[in-house]
Amino acid sequence: MTAPTHPAHLQADVALALGDLALDVSLDLPLGATIALLGPNGAGKTTLLRALAGLQPLDAGRVVLDGLVLEDTAAGVRLAPEQRPIGVLFQDYLLFPHLSALENVAFGLRCRGVARTEARRRALAWLDRVGLGDRAGARPRALSGGQAQRVALARALATDPQLLLLDEPLSALDAATRLEVRRELRRHLASFPGVRLLVTHDPLEAIALADTLVVLEHGRVVQAGTAADVSARPRSRYVAELVGVNLYRGAGGQGTVALAGGAALHSPAAATPGDVFALVHPRAVSLHRRAPEGTPRNVWKGVAGSLDLEGERVRVRVAGPIPIVAEVTPAAVAELALADGGEVWVSVKAAEVEVYPA
Amino acid sequence: MTRPSRGQPRSVPVAAFALAAVAALFFVLPLAGLIWRAPWAAVGRELGAREVRQALRLSLVCSLWATALSLALGVPLAWVLARASFPGRRLVRALTTLPMVLPPVVGGVALLLAFGRRGLVGQYLDQWFGVRLPFTTAGAVLAETFVAMPFLVITAEAGFRSANRRFEEAARTLGARPWTVFRRVTLPLVAPSLAAGAVLCWARALGEFGATITFAGNFPGTTQTTPLKVYLLLESRPDAAIVLSLVLLGVSLAVLVGLRQRWLGSA
Amino acid sequence: MRRAAPATAVAALLLAACGGAAGGFGGGPVSMPPTSAAPDAAPPRLTGSITVLAAASLTDAFNELGRQFQAAHPGIAISFSFGASSTLAQQVKAGAPADVLATADEATMQVAVAGGVAQPEVFARNRLAILVARGNPKGVRDLADLARPDLVVVLCAAEVPCGRFGQQALDKAGVKASPRSLEANVRGVVSKVALGEADAGIVYVTDVRAAGDRAEGVTIPDALNVVATYPIATVTATRNGSLAGGFVAYVRSPEGRQILATAGFQA
Repeated sequence: MTAPTHPAHLQADVALALGDLALDVSLDLPLGATIALLGPNGAGKTTLLRALAGLQPLDAGRVVLDGLVLEDTAAGVRLAPEQRPIGVLFQDYLLFPHLSALENVAFGLRCRGVARTEARRRALAWLDRVGLGDRAGARPRALSGGQAQRVALARALATDPQLLLLDEPLSALDAATRLEVRRELRRHLASFPGVRLLVTHDPLEAIALADTLVVLEHGRVVQAGTAADVSARPRSRYVAELVGVNLYRGAGGQGTVALAGGAALHSPAAATPGDVFALVHPRAVSLHRRAPEGTPRNVWKGVAGSLDLEGERVRVRVAGPIPIVAEVTPAAVAELALADGGEVWVSVKAAEVEVYPA
Repeated sequence: MTRPSRGQPRSVPVAAFALAAVAALFFVLPLAGLIWRAPWAAVGRELGAREVRQALRLSLVCSLWATALSLALGVPLAWVLARASFPGRRLVRALTTLPMVLPPVVGGVALLLAFGRRGLVGQYLDQWFGVRLPFTTAGAVLAETFVAMPFLVITAEAGFRSANRRFEEAARTLGARPWTVFRRVTLPLVAPSLAAGAVLCWARALGEFGATITFAGNFPGTTQTTPLKVYLLLESRPDAAIVLSLVLLGVSLAVLVGLRQRWLGSA
Repeated sequence: MRRAAPATAVAALLLAACGGAAGGFGGGPVSMPPTSAAPDAAPPRLTGSITVLAAASLTDAFNELGRQFQAAHPGIAISFSFGASSTLAQQVKAGAPADVLATADEATMQVAVAGGVAQPEVFARNRLAILVARGNPKGVRDLADLARPDLVVVLCAAEVPCGRFGQQALDKAGVKASPRSLEANVRGVVSKVALGEADAGIVYVTDVRAAGDRAEGVTIPDALNVVATYPIATVTATRNGSLAGGFVAYVRSPEGRQILATAGFQA
């Protein structure tokens, strides 16, 4: 085994098939940063997390954490979950109902051979850190959602794991609690020295808690980068919808992006030939009832469909040769009588079409 | 069928109540019959008889031992049936329910053929170890265990099946090895099922007659448990038999009512 | 004495007339084989069905009697219920729908007489014998051997007739046996010996015969033996008096006695 180039990394090459899902992922996660694994339901996020935890065997691959080989199918090595230096925060917390909060937090320590009094002392210290020292004797069912989440976090951290895995940590909370807990969680995560991997389907959660986003779709990593990178340059329909932009993929070259079905978008950025993404902000889309005159190079006729109120603007779905979502003012909706549907003309300035390699 | 009262529909239909009442009567009437015919004046004298006290003590001792044995052997079996998959699992599960459908006397004969002096295993027990089970208290315990353990296995298996495996996963991620997981997470979670199963098992062992008398025989102080004593008393002193039956019923009721509240957590 | 004789004869005839037995072949506790059959009056046509409760030791004999009787009177149905005499007597006393009762001793029959059977008649006798395994491997020769510590002995419980009689025989012989089990009925003793679980037991002579080649018997000398008398009676509440009476008459007929003798009963 060669020494890893960067110590305290999680290097994971994971290939596994489970039901309809074929997971094939390569990750290199450094310590000191929180990475969010983002993706739609069924993308394989939780499966990947379980595989890293050792709860799901790999079909092929290798997982190395800070030099420790957690799993290597080629060499026939596989550490059971209890042998891995991990801490897991489950979506539904899974606090043992028959144990008190203190006993829950002390559980991992006791399993690893820490004497009872010492384990309870350390557990109490952790509960204090998450602000629940006074609820040490309470049973999980007596705790609120936010409190249970904090106990679960303390339990996962109490054993000083090197890899912290969080499975949708905020999704079980109501909106109000979620905000407050999110702040605290960020604080705790920041002080955790190991590798932190967080799974979520909520982009807000991902952006609020993580520095780096990894987007997973259909078992494959589609995109990785900072939140800013990812939102500026989405590389999949899923991310585009999350961010709220129109995204197309086609063949670029000579100022045009050729889309499937024969349509094309004109853009000065589409100079180099190749597989490209074309991005159009909804705000850059203009709607008219009559064919517009003037400069826009991208003009076509479509049919106005559903309207959605987004803040103070309205999003209009327009079907046509190039399906697109336009964002207009309510006044414009009234003026164009968009609520009645029917034919509309769509125009987008060529300069407003961003193009980047796929 | 349901008549709303004050605008609120009744939650249980009248027909269900009626049938439930019939069912309850089904159990209550025989008990009422016993109480009605009991010779209350002679209770003290009947219960004071040495053989009666012997039979009661023996019943308690044997049924508790049978329950302990059923727990020691039945819980692992239930766990294996619920969690492991191996060829013939369904067959094994069916076999464990066999004593429930077998007439107890037939069960007793089967035990003789297996563990008797000339039995399949019994002959070696006798030749090699000098161990003889028929006509002994141990034999009575064995007979009671045979008929009562299935109740525990069935209940415990259901408990293991319905236990949330995710708690066990959580325990493993915290560093618990399989035995620790079982001891500190699985068992406490299925404890209510196990308690219910153990109570059923104990009650069945307490009332066991056919297999006991066939396999272990009937001798006061050694193998004459209360049901056997009652059966024989019916021949000669029916009044005493009724009194003893009521004692048995009283003990069972007390335990069942007391346990339900404490361990099984229901109203 | 001489003057009493005709009176006795008249009394005997009167008893026979009111005895309820349609055939009227003499009654009373001392029965003698009939010297000649009564002239063949055309028997009334028997129909319907009856239930006969009979002591366990009468199982084989009565089954055969029932078969023959039903063959002779096509269209009728007889169902038997065999069990411990005392239980059967209790059932009749409590009003169970039976038509004929046959017990293994007269004391038990008296229990039923109080509750509703007509005048009972003794129809068979039985004696005790020692039952041992085929080939008599332990070399049991008499009652005294039952006290041997190397033998596993089972007896009937004192609450049932065969237990009482067995104890009487042992007392007569001055033997102190240590039984390992006191069975609830004589068939229990038979099965324990036949299965090889017990070495010896006290049963009826008829049970020795019924055991066939599964076991064999050791005779108990008459001086030490106890005679069990079997009375039979119709139940007063019977719904089919003629069929009930007809069956009782058949049991006491020469043909019936022959079947009983084949089973080992003595007259």
